[in-house]
Amino acid sequence: MYYAIIFLPLLGAFISGFFGKNLGARNSEVITSGFLIISAILSWIALYNIGFNNDVDYIKIILFTWLQSGNLDISWVLRIDTLTAVMLVVVNTISSVVHVYSIGYMSHDPSRQRFFSYLSLFTFAMLMLVTSDNFMQLFFGWEGVGLASYLLIGFWHHKESANNAAMKAFIVNRIGDFGFALGIFAIFYIFGSLDFDYVFNNASSFVDTNINFLSFEINSISLICFLLFIGAMGKSAQFLLHTWLPDAMEGPTPVSALIHAATMVTAGVFLVARCSPLFELSQSMSSMIIFVGATTAFFAASVALVQNDIKKVIAYSTCSQLGYMFVAMGVGAYQIGMFHLFTHAFFKALLFLGAGSVIHAMSNEQDMTKMGGLRSVIPKTYTLMIIGTLSLTGFGIPGIFGMAGFYSKDAIIESAFMAHSSVASYAFWLLIAAALMTSFYSWRLIFLTFHGKSNASEDVIKHAHESPYVMLLPLVLLALGSIFAGIYFYDSFIDHSWKEFWGNSIFVLKSNHILEEIHHAPYLVKWAPTIAMIVGFIISYKFYIKNKDIPFNLSKEHDLLYNFLYNKWYFDELYNFIFVKPTMKIAKIFWINGDENIINKYGPDGIVRRINQITKRIVKIQTGFIYHYAFSMIIGVSIMITFYMFLSGN
Amino acid sequence: MENWPILSIITFTPLIGVLFILLINAEDEIGRRNIKLVAAYTTLVTFIVSLLIWINFDLTTSSFQFIEQYRWLSGSITYHMGVDGISVLFVILTTLLMPFCILASWHSIKFRIKEYMIAFLVLETLMIGVFCSLDLVLFYLFFEAGLIPMFLIIGIWGGAKRVYASFKFFLYTLTGSVLMLLAIIYMYWQSGTTNIVELFNFDFSTASQTWLWLAFFASFAVKIPMFPVHTWLPDAHVEAPTAGSVILAGVLLKMGGYGLLRFSIPIFPIASDMFSDFVLILSVIAIIYTSLIALAQEDMKKLIAYSSIAHMGFVTMGIFTFTQQGIQGGIFQMLSHGLISAALFLCVGVVYDRMHTRSINAYGGIVKNMPKYAVFFLILTMANIGLPGTSGFVGEFLTLLGVFKVNTYIAFFATTGVVLSAVYALFLYKRVFFGTLQGAETKTMNDLSYREFYLLLPLVILIIFFGIYPAVLIDVSAVSVENLINNYNNALLIKG
Repeated sequence: MYYAIIFLPLLGAFISGFFGKNLGARNSEVITSGFLIISAILSWIALYNIGFNNDVDYIKIILFTWLQSGNLDISWVLRIDTLTAVMLVVVNTISSVVHVYSIGYMSHDPSRQRFFSYLSLFTFAMLMLVTSDNFMQLFFGWEGVGLASYLLIGFWHHKESANNAAMKAFIVNRIGDFGFALGIFAIFYIFGSLDFDYVFNNASSFVDTNINFLSFEINSISLICFLLFIGAMGKSAQFLLHTWLPDAMEGPTPVSALIHAATMVTAGVFLVARCSPLFELSQSMSSMIIFVGATTAFFAASVALVQNDIKKVIAYSTCSQLGYMFVAMGVGAYQIGMFHLFTHAFFKALLFLGAGSVIHAMSNEQDMTKMGGLRSVIPKTYTLMIIGTLSLTGFGIPGIFGMAGFYSKDAIIESAFMAHSSVASYAFWLLIAAALMTSFYSWRLIFLTFHGKSNASEDVIKHAHESPYVMLLPLVLLALGSIFAGIYFYDSFIDHSWKEFWGNSIFVLKSNHILEEIHHAPYLVKWAPTIAMIVGFIISYKFYIKNKDIPFNLSKEHDLLYNFLYNKWYFDELYNFIFVKPTMKIAKIFWINGDENIINKYGPDGIVRRINQITKRIVKIQTGFIYHYAFSMIIGVSIMITFYMFLSGN
Repeated sequence: MENWPILSIITFTPLIGVLFILLINAEDEIGRRNIKLVAAYTTLVTFIVSLLIWINFDLTTSSFQFIEQYRWLSGSITYHMGVDGISVLFVILTTLLMPFCILASWHSIKFRIKEYMIAFLVLETLMIGVFCSLDLVLFYLFFEAGLIPMFLIIGIWGGAKRVYASFKFFLYTLTGSVLMLLAIIYMYWQSGTTNIVELFNFDFSTASQTWLWLAFFASFAVKIPMFPVHTWLPDAHVEAPTAGSVILAGVLLKMGGYGLLRFSIPIFPIASDMFSDFVLILSVIAIIYTSLIALAQEDMKKLIAYSSIAHMGFVTMGIFTFTQQGIQGGIFQMLSHGLISAALFLCVGVVYDRMHTRSINAYGGIVKNMPKYAVFFLILTMANIGLPGTSGFVGEFLTLLGVFKVNTYIAFFATTGVVLSAVYALFLYKRVFFGTLQGAETKTMNDLSYREFYLLLPLVILIIFFGIYPAVLIDVSAVSVENLINNYNNALLIKG
């Protein structure tokens, strides 16, 4: 069964990629989607077996040796514990839904085989990532999803912007991987092994050891966590390494839903959860994670306030929600972070695919200011988007019922409050602010797109149509998840039975009681996110339904702030200025000045020139006059005689 | 089987092919075709025979195998052949790449085909000889004689600036070689033998080790090539015909790395230890400096040439960590780079044959009419930037793993090469394959022909296979490298 879960997507990718031409587009779609649906169903069974059925804690399937050199011994292994099983469910469910959806969404594209092959390939790489049993295989999946993401973002390769976005995504991810790779080297240096079990079981004996890294004396565990976290920041688009994610929206919308919302970007969160035995031991790193997570949540939400591209809003929203997850990781509530990852996958994929449905209806228009009034044109999509929005904003009444996002997000905010450290309270306030902004920009999206008068050209409106069922059905499935995933899984993920559910897949210190403590959060804290959500909704309603002049006037009055937010805090410009341009310049300088003008000029070319000069002079001596030669002979003979005289004299 | 002089058979089989080619008249089309066929079959047979040594190779011993030793010049200089875990795979790499070279030249070489094929077959003999010889003089003979056919291949069948490039190549390598020759003579005076196995056990004084190490290093550093003696390589690659580039990047560069492992470390351990920081620093400079230069290139071949230098930087870095992972990673990196760079140069040859330009700007958007080619090139690009799952990853990963133990600064800066390689390789890929088609000429380009397709396919399959199951290659060098490191550590212990 486990083989099937992991290798069916690979098989699908292979068939569709190499034989798609002969099979035809329809067959390729059916094969890849069919395989994914099988995988998804099996994943749920796996989750039941491992998470809910407490006979087995985890399963390890050793495939074959990867490489062995000295004390490094690495095999290809499938490791399935609860943490993995949760990820299997997320990845395969969303992926199968996206596969089916794409049959409708991509129906006009001539190279669908390639698209489905890439989608399945991505899924396989992601599965390898989550089933890894050692850091090297993790890295394999890690880079593999990077490759698939590169291919999918640049899928429409005639578009210059898509190519650039694909490159940017890969390279920024590689910068993260730079840290990740160093982290792996440090682990091997300290532990002498890269196997999860060995490293995690021995982690506590290295708590007080230091390592010399670039002349710094650093705590070994902290260093490892720091380096790994850089990798996680790259993959999960956290503050400073986030710039690739919004650009990645150049890819087809199903790709954004699968990769840049539900699965790949959560790999960083998964990494931290997987390495909880290490992160639990490093206080300083936990603080850093909280800080980065909270900053990202706030920053991305603030940028999302003013974006006009419907996909960019959702992209920044993803970025922001990932920040929430990291805060949970940082305060030691790994289970809550994973819970949010789980629920977020449903409602964010729903929002993205819903946005795709809108874009599909609007003849590929993505600018929300050119939409409006779509409520009556595409009512089904509208309803589904509302469900997604309610879930994202965390709609619910504490203690009674809520959408999926309500359970996970509120728990994160509560855990930040209950962690009682200065950085955690920093996080608490930022998260509350971000929750308000989330509500605002989510409803802004709905109001701009679906309410008011239409701003689209008549031509577009005439063609606007509800999506076919092959696209709507997947949305309905996701909508069900967005509503019920919270209430149904709350108990096992983070409430009473979390210990039985997670087993040993997540490690927490004996002193870490955050999951119990959140129940004792003050009443006001429990209600704070809900209040923030309502306030956000009211402001949004006022701005975009009641009095539409307010946002315009505000942006005029505070144009500095507006431009700052609209231009995403100017990160792209800054990076261009300090990294991209100087690198290209240095490259030219090294080439022209280094290689050509110094090494070549004074090296080989210089020697050749010098030899030419010398030989020319020697040639001049060969005059052809006998008396010249006779003269030089006389001189030569006299020198020789003198020399021998001196020699015999001594 | 036991007593067959199998190494000599492999080494000199190509010369038998040369004999046949000499007999064929190259005046007419049929003759020329026959010449190509003879060359192709000769290299193929050599490859198949060479597989025998891999199959029969004993993985459990570090001593030399398939040894042959005959009296040759005077008493102490003998014809002495043998392979161990370090050298055996280089022999296979050489014999593997040769058929590709012959097939790649099938249509692209228009004149003097007879001489061309002879040059390649002679070159093959000399290259195999380098990796098999266990006598310094014999080694030097093969090592230096290999210059001549390569010089001719670039100088006669090369591009517009071929004469400049071939002289530069010759000048650089010969300078290094002269120093090595002096060192060999000195070693013979000191020890009275040129037998490499005996030299392993001979203790040179620290002072003489220093000078001898430098002399050998001069020669190997040029071959590898290391910063700052690398500038011959881009020119040589640019001007060389496709097959010449393949063999240059695939095998000739590896002689330098092999030389370090065969001579510098085991015979001059003290000096190797002394200079290890020096080599590590040069390696890191090479990785960063040449990666950046690659970024600025406008010529496809030059870009790949510079990326080769960066990748060879990982090799020297790995070797001079004196760790199991570092050295095995270095060896693996050489083998893997042999396959990847060979395939990349073949790829450049494919479009060069169509457009007769290597300028990146002349291309763009060719994924539209060459989708198969685009897939191959993509896989190779990914292998080149060391994506896990391709062989390019394993070598880089192991060498970096090794160097982290020794020096975190070096590890830190070398790892930036991972980012830089992604930048230049993807930038190249984007400019060549994506975007809109440039000009009318690119629109008429056809996708891979059958010959080209099946030329690239096996290499790509091997690159992926060795990425997923590198143990096949790594296990071969395990015992020999272990022994190498033990001897090195013992030597250091004795000297204190």
